[in-house]
Amino acid sequence: MDVQTYLFYIAAIVALIFSFLKDKRKSKIALKKAWKSFENILPQILSVLLLVGMLLAVANTEVISGLIGVDSGWLGVALAGMVGSITLIPPYVAFPTAAMLLEAGAGYMQIGAFISTLMMVGLVTIPVEISFFGKKLTLLRNLLAFLFSFVVALIIGLVVGS
Amino acid sequence: MMHKTIQFVKRYRFFLFALAMMAILTVMNPTIGKKGASISFFQFTQMLMVLPPVFILLGLLDVWVPRETMVRFMGEGSGVKGVVLAFLLGSFAAGPLYGAFPIAAVFMKKGVKFTNLLIFIGAWSTTKIPMLMFEMTYMGMEFALTRLAINIPGIIFIAYALKKAFTKKEIEAIYKAADDLDS
Repeated sequence: MDVQTYLFYIAAIVALIFSFLKDKRKSKIALKKAWKSFENILPQILSVLLLVGMLLAVANTEVISGLIGVDSGWLGVALAGMVGSITLIPPYVAFPTAAMLLEAGAGYMQIGAFISTLMMVGLVTIPVEISFFGKKLTLLRNLLAFLFSFVVALIIGLVVGS
Repeated sequence: MMHKTIQFVKRYRFFLFALAMMAILTVMNPTIGKKGASISFFQFTQMLMVLPPVFILLGLLDVWVPRETMVRFMGEGSGVKGVVLAFLLGSFAAGPLYGAFPIAAVFMKKGVKFTNLLIFIGAWSTTKIPMLMFEMTYMGMEFALTRLAINIPGIIFIAYALKKAFTKKEIEAIYKAADDLDS
């Protein structure tokens, strides 16, 4: 485990102690909610872990770094950005996946684009969004978010990648 | 018993499907199958160590931070305070982006400013604090904080750029449509 994980454990324990001192009943509800939201995502997480495990076993490092590796450049960024726009996996599944891809040879810039579009652009949910905000706002928002993801990729590449 | 089994199969159908694929892969090519299984298993144990504190904090956040009370602070003339609040509200949320749409509709009804609405959606989509914790644990501090530092001005920029693209009438029409949504 790394430092952050220890910090989160400490933060969670301290917060929990304070919470219990203030209100026992509320704290129990909080713990129940914590368990429920974990149990809720478990099927998705397990499936994705298996699929990515298989994918990484089949596609070796060369394939992945060829497609979205450091040397794949803007084409790799665009590819990663498009995959992120289409896929509808929740972030808590996306981050472990992204970490695995990084280890398997993907570039930081490309992963930055993937994560950014994954969170901000939702091609699959566009019909839902239109029903709330209308066509123009929905399409413009998604387009701007897609373009913005390239900026994110660039800066992530400059700061973290080098 | 029967009912519970069916429910389990239903919820875990993709997992069971992936498991079956893994089995077929292992029969076809034992080396790759084993490699895949060990990668998945390692990641799973990793996840079990990392997740408990994140979810506990998430649960506490949900219980202790009320939502409704903050709605009224984000209308016209709320200025910087409204922007900050829109950011915070979006950031403290949990759930997928489409979960933000119904809340945004309520915000429109209550007269939240257009740009604050867009900032709220932007924050919900990408600067959520629980997600930031995931991001830090998996991608590292540097990655997560860099993305946050770009996202904050980026979300504000997108909000004001979007507002520029609309006439007052168009914005009114969007608000009106939201008002009619459930009536």
